[in-house]
Amino acid sequence: MRELALHILDVLQNAREAGATRVELTVEEDPTEDRLVIEVRDNGKGMDRQTVRKALDPFFTTRKTRHVGLGLPLFAAAAQQCGGGLEIDSEPGRGTRIRAVFRLGHIDRAPLGNVAATILSFLLGEPACDLVYTHRCADRIFHLDTREVRRELGPVPLSHPAVREWLESYIEEGEQAVRGLASESP
Amino acid sequence: MPKLKSLDDLKKLREEAQRDIRVRLDTGTKITVGMGTCGIAAGARETMHAILEELKKRDIEAHVTTVGCIGMCAVEPLVDIEQAGGARITYGRVKADMVPRLIEEHLVNGRVVEDWVVGRIEK
Repeated sequence: MRELALHILDVLQNAREAGATRVELTVEEDPTEDRLVIEVRDNGKGMDRQTVRKALDPFFTTRKTRHVGLGLPLFAAAAQQCGGGLEIDSEPGRGTRIRAVFRLGHIDRAPLGNVAATILSFLLGEPACDLVYTHRCADRIFHLDTREVRRELGPVPLSHPAVREWLESYIEEGEQAVRGLASESP
Repeated sequence: MPKLKSLDDLKKLREEAQRDIRVRLDTGTKITVGMGTCGIAAGARETMHAILEELKKRDIEAHVTTVGCIGMCAVEPLVDIEQAGGARITYGRVKADMVPRLIEEHLVNGRVVEDWVVGRIEK
């Protein structure tokens, strides 16, 4: 995909489909080690060993609406072509962890992209799912925990227009602050 | 420089929104954007963003949400519009730049954009 944030959105949607009520998303940029790590951890139903083995097969899917499952294979290919890889750690009843590693400065690495739009699109989906997002770049950090947001909002839903607008701005500002100088490929 | 956002903003937002919720009725309008792998790859995230922006610009109330792949991958991004008492219309290949016309015709003027329809469920 043209942005890594679109792969992230795809994996977040997988988590929701697996029945997750909370997803932890971590993005770590390490310029000194020339490494970018994207990790998504959920508390969904998890996968057995056989399903994990097949998950990177583009012709394998658990869905009934189609016969291909391209999301994880595409994400894995994107990581591999940037000198990295993707690993899946999952057990039934224990949730799933997807970890994708990229060489940060690789010329073929797609930009991280619009993380705010990705998170907002995910949060507006149903059923509701909480997100704990941490983005680290060198010594800078941005953190968002929607459980804290929901606590402050009380009965007001995340889908309220003013809340959506606030969330988008909050995440955009946080992303700009944590990225500081551009670390994206040209 | 504009004031940076913080969680403290949410307290004020909550007070204002709660006043708002008390007078706001259920809109009866639901817009669903396909957000499976196929939809994402076809630009559904941008389509959804355009929908939210257009609704805000026109001050139109609607419940906007997402759904996974429904199997019509070749015509993503898919946008379902369902209004209380009306048919559920599925539009296909809805790019972000098509959204203003979609909202104007369907929600404002009450006219289905027939050329873009790929599915319909009558009430």
